[in-house]
Amino acid sequence: MEATAEKKSYQVDNRGYYGSFGGAFIPEMLYPNVEELRENYLQIIAEPSFQKEYHDLLRNYVGRPTPLYRANRLSEKYKTNIFLKREDLCHTGAHKVNNTIGQILMAKKLGKQRVVAETGAGQHGVATATVCALMDIQCIVYMGELDIERQAPNVARMKMLGAEVRPATCGSKTLKDATNEAMRHWINNPVDTHYIIGSVVGPHPYPDMVARFQSVISEEMRWQLKEQTGSETPDYVLACVGGGSNAAGAFYHFLDDENVKLVAIEAAGKGLNSGHSAATTALGKPGVLHGSRTILMQTEDGQVVEPFSISAGLDYPGIGPQHAYLYDSGRGIFMSATDEEAVQAAFELTRYEGIIPALESSHALAVLGQLGATPNETVVVNLSGRGDKDMATYMRYI
Amino acid sequence: MNRIINLFDSTVSHAESSGLLNVYFTAGFPQLNDTMRVLKALQDGGADLVEIGMPYSDPVADGETIQKSNDVALENGMSVKILFEQLENMRETIFVPVLLMGYVNPVLQFGMENFCRKCAEVGVDGLILPDMPMDVYLNEYKALFDSYGLLNIFLVTPQTSEARIRQIDEVSQGFIYTVSSASVTGSKSGVSEDMESYFNKLNNMKLKNPRLIGFGIKDNATFKKASGYAAGAIIGSAFIRVLQESTDLEQDIKSFVREVKNYPETIEA
Repeated sequence: MEATAEKKSYQVDNRGYYGSFGGAFIPEMLYPNVEELRENYLQIIAEPSFQKEYHDLLRNYVGRPTPLYRANRLSEKYKTNIFLKREDLCHTGAHKVNNTIGQILMAKKLGKQRVVAETGAGQHGVATATVCALMDIQCIVYMGELDIERQAPNVARMKMLGAEVRPATCGSKTLKDATNEAMRHWINNPVDTHYIIGSVVGPHPYPDMVARFQSVISEEMRWQLKEQTGSETPDYVLACVGGGSNAAGAFYHFLDDENVKLVAIEAAGKGLNSGHSAATTALGKPGVLHGSRTILMQTEDGQVVEPFSISAGLDYPGIGPQHAYLYDSGRGIFMSATDEEAVQAAFELTRYEGIIPALESSHALAVLGQLGATPNETVVVNLSGRGDKDMATYMRYI
Repeated sequence: MNRIINLFDSTVSHAESSGLLNVYFTAGFPQLNDTMRVLKALQDGGADLVEIGMPYSDPVADGETIQKSNDVALENGMSVKILFEQLENMRETIFVPVLLMGYVNPVLQFGMENFCRKCAEVGVDGLILPDMPMDVYLNEYKALFDSYGLLNIFLVTPQTSEARIRQIDEVSQGFIYTVSSASVTGSKSGVSEDMESYFNKLNNMKLKNPRLIGFGIKDNATFKKASGYAAGAIIGSAFIRVLQESTDLEQDIKSFVREVKNYPETIEA
């Protein structure tokens, strides 16, 4: 992570916007909390003591750098050069911990005694509960009631780690509702609590702060590619997008390399036109969700639509404002994969490479055959998480 | 002249005023076509201002009671478009100031200019859009609001810094919505000592705008107490509960408002 990265055109501007997306559309009750963070986050990240602790923990606790692995059999099948960035090997099983390590150190620097978080698949909840146990900070995680049912192993992990898991029982009972509840909790506890958002969503500075903490992914990709291929830049970087934190981290250090195609894969659910989908850019319009101007799935009247995906981590009706800008500006290529395609891709990776991917990451793998990548080109897939948590779903297909 | 400004101008001169009561209710609740009934009954009961909530799927600043009324209203089929249809002839019977409260996304989808024009047409006086940032309002929408004679009401909370309170006072017209405690709507009740010192601090700041205190106001006692520190108070969740439980809307609404304002039952407003 570069604390003082120079301003790039696809990065946030000094008003908190990416083009016309972003900003901080929050009620006054949240203003002081968000303002405290906005005024301090860059300076805190730049502090040598923060940098040292963050990098020590990433190396010795999380297990970074994660490998960049050339998937030989998969490369042969698709007649190109496919590399997997193994975020699935991070402690707790996904990239989410890169962000929670950074944010728990931020919470400590801000003098907060309690942490609140939302979670969809439970990966961010586990990653938050983990760092709270590590730092001995009280942890409350809001999770949609529906997600609590379909992600039971992660609920048990959070509880074992000492977190309190509170169900979000309104609306679609999934990630968006858990996010609403976490925001309400923060409104009710403004002074002593830090809100660890799990994705590059929410009011400025969250999308930028989370992207910075996740940017270690593409920072490592560059030198690993240089070592293995002789070039720092690939032709394609693929990542799945729900809110978009793994994609933001995987794209971060390639944003200004216009020759690198940044491919974001959304969850089409049962199909784009099925009425059961979470493919935000395909189905959404600009609007305001969870504190930022972005693209979201909504009705004609501006009510937020309840999304659907087999993967709880992608079951979100919006995308981060930076992704909205990448889509709008054409810098990002947005594709989608259905539930069935994602499951097929998961089995393919498992049988070809002996790696069981998370359902979320499987969406990125699912478009490998549609890229048109040539034998001389290099494709990096961000394998954001492992599939242990999804075994109940996969078992239905065995 | 704007009805909100008129109301506060005429009230400030009445030293005997016991406080202005602003009541919030959700449009299209409990039934889709109850909006005008509730509004009229509030006026008849003696409410001084009325705040009509535009239901939203994700109301982050609201607690459970108002959230659930939003969900019911949306299930009833409520929308911004239908609300304007319901309010079309409002000014034939309604003389109290009317504000619309809601989250910014449905308003943006309706189209801000279109929205402001409809507000002016039906006789809405002000808007409360809690998730509209001040800078966005000033840079993008203030001119529009001004041209249609609409006031934008800002909130302050116990955590709002003095400098920001001054800034909000500077750009406000009508009144400032004073949130009594760090909370979403309906989560705490009563007026504590902490709140009193915060209300006193605001009084001592000698702001140019009058204030109405909201959050935690539920009955005559809390209304009176809050009115001792401001021009009046706002009731939301407690009134939604009245609507939820009501078997005779007109009667129950009038009784509730009279009780809060402590009017004798016999006097018709």
